[in-house]
Amino acid sequence: MAGPPCACQTCAMSDGTPTPREGTRLDPWYGSYAQRAHQMRASEIRALFAVASRPEVVSLAGGMPFIGGLPLEELGEMSRRIIVEHGEVALQYGSGQGDVTLREKILEVMALEGIVAHPDDVVVTTGSQQALDLVTTIFIDPGDVIVAEAPSYVGALGVFRAHEADVVHVPMDAHGLIPEALEQTLARLTAEGRRVKFLYTVPNFHNPGGVTLSLERRPQVLEICERYGVLVLEDNPYGLLGFDTEPLPSLRSMSPEGVIYLGSFSKTFAPGYRVGWAVAPHAVREKLVLASEAAILSPSNASQMAIATYLEHFDWQGQIKKFQVQYRERRDAMISALGEHIPEASWNVPDGGFYVWVRLPDGLDAKSMLPRAITARVAYVSGSAFYIDGSGTDHLRLSYCFPTPERIREGVRRLATVVDAELETVRIFGTSGAAAATPSTSPRPTSTDRYDLREDRTSCTYSFWPAGCHTSATCRFAVAGGSRRRSRDASTRFLCLMWTRS
Amino acid sequence: MDTELIPTLRAGDVDVVWPLLHGASGEDGSLQALLELLGVTFVGTGSRAARVAWNKAVAKAVMMREGISTPEYVTLPQSLFREVGAEQVLDAIVARFSLPLVVKPVRGGSALGVSIVRDRADLARAMVHCFAYGDVALIERHVEGIELAVSVLGTGDDARVLPAVEVAVEGAYDYDARYNAGRVEYFAPARLTAEQAEVVSAAALTVHRTMDLRDLSRVDLILDGDGAAQVLDINIAPGMTETSLLPQAAEAAGLDLGSAYSALVADAHGRGIVD
Repeated sequence: MAGPPCACQTCAMSDGTPTPREGTRLDPWYGSYAQRAHQMRASEIRALFAVASRPEVVSLAGGMPFIGGLPLEELGEMSRRIIVEHGEVALQYGSGQGDVTLREKILEVMALEGIVAHPDDVVVTTGSQQALDLVTTIFIDPGDVIVAEAPSYVGALGVFRAHEADVVHVPMDAHGLIPEALEQTLARLTAEGRRVKFLYTVPNFHNPGGVTLSLERRPQVLEICERYGVLVLEDNPYGLLGFDTEPLPSLRSMSPEGVIYLGSFSKTFAPGYRVGWAVAPHAVREKLVLASEAAILSPSNASQMAIATYLEHFDWQGQIKKFQVQYRERRDAMISALGEHIPEASWNVPDGGFYVWVRLPDGLDAKSMLPRAITARVAYVSGSAFYIDGSGTDHLRLSYCFPTPERIREGVRRLATVVDAELETVRIFGTSGAAAATPSTSPRPTSTDRYDLREDRTSCTYSFWPAGCHTSATCRFAVAGGSRRRSRDASTRFLCLMWTRS
Repeated sequence: MDTELIPTLRAGDVDVVWPLLHGASGEDGSLQALLELLGVTFVGTGSRAARVAWNKAVAKAVMMREGISTPEYVTLPQSLFREVGAEQVLDAIVARFSLPLVVKPVRGGSALGVSIVRDRADLARAMVHCFAYGDVALIERHVEGIELAVSVLGTGDDARVLPAVEVAVEGAYDYDARYNAGRVEYFAPARLTAEQAEVVSAAALTVHRTMDLRDLSRVDLILDGDGAAQVLDINIAPGMTETSLLPQAAEAAGLDLGSAYSALVADAHGRGIVD
């Protein structure tokens, strides 16, 4: 690896000058990597998250479901019986498309959101994350355009980035993706001669936005995409986890030929089994099966049998209702704590799912602030993770799914001390630490820029903006509820969105 | 470290502990103080010297007193900027040291919170970034030159300096560069003349002995345009990963790592507890 001992090397030349030579990069294959591998960078954030997993840290970062709420003893017995009684099948290779018994059961799950399909339409995958990868594999060449919401699921952006796609964000508001903005974006891209391969959307209880695409907008989005010849990739892990509402009909149910639907048991049951699925138009489904076989041969038989048995013999819909109650309690704890401790921020109040999307007080940068948060023993995800260009640092995502309500309250209390301390630093220096934390010379758009509500000012609802948000056209600010610890100028306090932003 | 540490040490019939923990508790003298408190023999620098080395401002003050070259610097808490006015203080810093500057937390490692500031307009942001990692910032003159890491094995008069390792990287030697095998090109030994090699070796050995470091250390320094070794940082728990510098230096010296490490353990065992 290294050169010969120092004395010999240094004194090799008779005139005493060092010998020109090659160094070592400690990675002999450095020159062999694909270009995309060179884009993978170790980050300070990654180092911080190694600390965030420690028990003394209240993690409001990860989207881990509350597995403790499952009947673990019964599930243990179920797993034992699968191996003892059906081990020769469970531990063997299986079908590339997935076990037909499970595929039939999946139809029952999807029926709750209006999807009518045949077991042959379903492809079982290793989590819906693999389905995301498969769809991207069969559709995306480097440089192809994918349109996605702003912000968008970080795991999807990772897949798209790995396939060297060009992701173009489209803004959302309280009702999800804005059709007019989608149309404008597709028109612009078409005019530029760029080929949009698909729209990636999380229509229900969005990650991280928390919003749901309204029933009214669903056909509008589909119609626009059909007109521009753009496939829709509907990612729906949270659709059954609404707190007070019945599931909305899926996009797939409205346009079976124009939508690839991704489902998952990771949020409604358990991510440890790594079972998800895709439902796709016939020809697409054939390619998905071939791509999946090339990637993994077949999904885990043992996991599929466990899921199928669970769906057959357990009250899985009752379990989802329990989750809904537990997650609602946790959401309420988080919203209440935010109002009490960080009233100068603004946030949505999600009707389901796992996440609250928090806009920080003006001047704060979530990415730059994270080291301070880890020191204070609380973790979150910076909004920058949800934008392909790393913007969005004026927001952060908080997850309420895993910690208990008490831990959530404590985590938000700690976060408030972090916000206060960072605000003081920012006030002293008159700037955030953003540019120093991210060595970029390009202008850094904020996620506020992504949310232009001018088209939507009269229909702003309570669901996205802080409690008490006015819905009239004259409303300029969303006003957070709860106690206020300090008096601030009304023009900057509780800035939700500057609707009149030029 | 957790609540199992003390029971484990007490129940384990431990002869020697080798602390390899990075970060505050592992490098700031806390773990070493605990081991001394428990009467457990360990490899590496003792708690008092570790406390000095961990605090960059204190370490630089000691080095300057001992005649060891280190870039000019100032250490300032956030509260001073609030009380006096940030812009005025920043102007004074630039007037005194000129650009470019290096801003770093007074405690910490792995380049976390570190910025190289070449434009006055970026200085305030660098300060905010730095203060996210701690309440006290160290701002020092940026020194151009050959970036080197010099490792030392042994203690006191028996200490042996290893060949300097040269770090060549496009852009900053930042967190990614330190932990992403392949981005950095290392030269072990460094591309130095015999005279230059002697200068940097002497500097590292002086630091190791003067700062009362034990068993192993790594001194990060810049060989500036005048041929002087400017010490940037002292590490009492050098990294031991595949991209770390001490193992490279040992290999460049022709040392068998296993034998070298065994000798350090044997030294510690023979030394026993030293307050």
